[in-house]
Amino acid sequence: MKRSAVPSWIPTLAVAIALYLGVLLAKQNDIISVYWYQVVQIAAITAISALGLNLIYGFNGQFSLGHVGFYAIGAYTSALITKDYTMKWSGGQTTAVSWLIAGQLGVVLLLVLANRLKLGALRKRITASLARHLAHHEARTLSAVVVLLVIAIVIVVSIAAAWALHAVLAKLMASLVVALPGDVSQPIIFVLAILNGGTLAALVSYLVGLPLLRLGSDYFGIATLGFAVMVYTALQNSDLVIETMKGARGMVAIPLWTTWPWVFGVLALLIIVMRNMLRSSHGRAIISVREDEIASQSMGVDVTQLKNLAFTVGGFYAGVAGALYAHLYGFLHPSTFNTIKGFDPLIIIVFGGLGSMTGTVMASVMFALVIEGLRVLLPQGFEDWRFVIYPIILLLIMLLRPAGLMGTSEWGWLKAPLPPERDIPVPNHSTQSQAAVTPSEEA
Amino acid sequence: MEAQSVIAPGVSTTESQPPTLDIRELTMVFGGLRAVSDFTMEVPRGGLYGLIGPNGAGKTTVFNMITGIYVPTSGEIRLEGQEISGRAPFQITRMGIARTFQNIRLFQNLTVLDNVRIAFHTHSGYGLMEAISRLGRFGRQERALTERAQDILAVFGLQDRQLEIARNLPYGEQRRLEIARALAAEPRLLLLDEPAAGMNPTESETLMGLIRFIREEFNLTILLIEHQMRVVMGICEWITVMDFGQVIARGTADEIRNNEDVIVAYLGRAAGREL
Repeated sequence: MKRSAVPSWIPTLAVAIALYLGVLLAKQNDIISVYWYQVVQIAAITAISALGLNLIYGFNGQFSLGHVGFYAIGAYTSALITKDYTMKWSGGQTTAVSWLIAGQLGVVLLLVLANRLKLGALRKRITASLARHLAHHEARTLSAVVVLLVIAIVIVVSIAAAWALHAVLAKLMASLVVALPGDVSQPIIFVLAILNGGTLAALVSYLVGLPLLRLGSDYFGIATLGFAVMVYTALQNSDLVIETMKGARGMVAIPLWTTWPWVFGVLALLIIVMRNMLRSSHGRAIISVREDEIASQSMGVDVTQLKNLAFTVGGFYAGVAGALYAHLYGFLHPSTFNTIKGFDPLIIIVFGGLGSMTGTVMASVMFALVIEGLRVLLPQGFEDWRFVIYPIILLLIMLLRPAGLMGTSEWGWLKAPLPPERDIPVPNHSTQSQAAVTPSEEA
Repeated sequence: MEAQSVIAPGVSTTESQPPTLDIRELTMVFGGLRAVSDFTMEVPRGGLYGLIGPNGAGKTTVFNMITGIYVPTSGEIRLEGQEISGRAPFQITRMGIARTFQNIRLFQNLTVLDNVRIAFHTHSGYGLMEAISRLGRFGRQERALTERAQDILAVFGLQDRQLEIARNLPYGEQRRLEIARALAAEPRLLLLDEPAAGMNPTESETLMGLIRFIREEFNLTILLIEHQMRVVMGICEWITVMDFGQVIARGTADEIRNNEDVIVAYLGRAAGREL
């Protein structure tokens, strides 16, 4: 491999700036219509979600069909927050967001406490000390009751903490929204909505992953598909719980806040985060799980922990993408998140190359352009033939390039950096080994 | 049998310094099959011991129990006095046991350098947030662990191959890389499962020298499974022979070479009688 004189981030940054300004200027000078401006944004949003799935499947090797579920969670969560700000559906402008933040922190507190208390070990200790005074089965039953009581206390403590936090947050945010002018508070609310969409999706994916990631790869795929179906069904009946989500009728009147600068900024940031993560010890360990789980364990890698990490971060990406999507069209319908649609990011990452961020971004753009481009190219009344033509294109490309567009290779700054040049000291053990070998040959 | 010493003569294990590896009556049952029964073995600190036996004798099963891939049906395994059986493989590795595999298990699609660097994951010295932000200890630690990986590769003559993809290496180099990777996990006990398999005499000669060298250089205790008698007899101080899941003999290379049970196990009854 050759070292080039130009650092790899320079051409990458140049292309990124060109893309950003290109779309922005084209829109401002009416070179592209509002329709194509949205197509470009959809491409970038799909790229964010697909990057998350590529981390799970392409880099970590866990075949997931539930990605669309996390996308949906992100979309609806963020919509609830922003619609609250504009329409006050919950009664106050920031009630929903403070509930969401407090609730998530409550769950995190619950998880941390449960983890710290080491309930399994606790039960064993209690059983052992009770066994001195009671019969074995009595000791076991009693210790189970004690542990259940501890769990109940932990849950009550977490709920109380979340409640208290909500009370404080709601007051604080309500007064902030009143104090700040609209053009300052609006982007703050949007950022909070995107973040909450991402973190709630991440939290759910962590909880879903805990039991499911123990399954082997194919079984994991089917189980996650089940999760996606559950989310879909829940969304269709969501109006029973929260009226404003409107269930199967579709949620309307979400503010149209998603613009190219937002989408591009989030995409760029998340690409940087993923690149930096993958090009570190943690990333290499994530990839080693895909390569060979047994060898990976034998190198001291905690495989379960890293699968959970990849699945949680992947869920976060899907949630963030969903949040941006919700504010692009202002309308959310459960059918957008059905399982057939859920295959889109999977198709994109296989097409772009499993284990290539560059490939994922390229494939997302091509996917959006082909689907929408065919809509324009095909004569009136034949638009549905898109779904015949694009699979044929897909088939041809997969036959010609089975590893996808990029395989596992990357471009520019996304590539793994070369190790710094240095003179490696070579220990001289050849003479020693020769000398050592001789006596054994005599034997 | 129990009166017979299970370790090489002249090696004393005192109370204050327990043996690096101490296996007591280890048994592994798969369904109705006793793959390993009542296997007992002690490897003192700094020892270079061999485990041999015909195909299917249960040698690799013993390795898989030591490294936590199988949970033994009964018996004890102690690393420097600490019980390890029942722990997860990654925990056992972190306690100081690393291994290679009979059929090489490299991270095929990664570079030679990354194969070794993955083994440093547990002591990378920076957190996930430092990696993502590229702040804090990341730069210094990442450079340091890269250099350590390169130094280990140099011991195995692979320093010029560091950017090659592992699966593209010739067979002998893949075997060496696997040992290099195991060393990067910073073990006190190294388990080698047929390190010389598929090597020609010259290559296995070099390998023998290398195994001796790394034992000194990295302060290791080594236990190896090997089929090539030249290698086992050449470097092992003490050899344990298994057949049908049981220990049939232990001793120095010379003792094993002349042990009738061993000859019978390898060559059959008739050959044993002739000798």
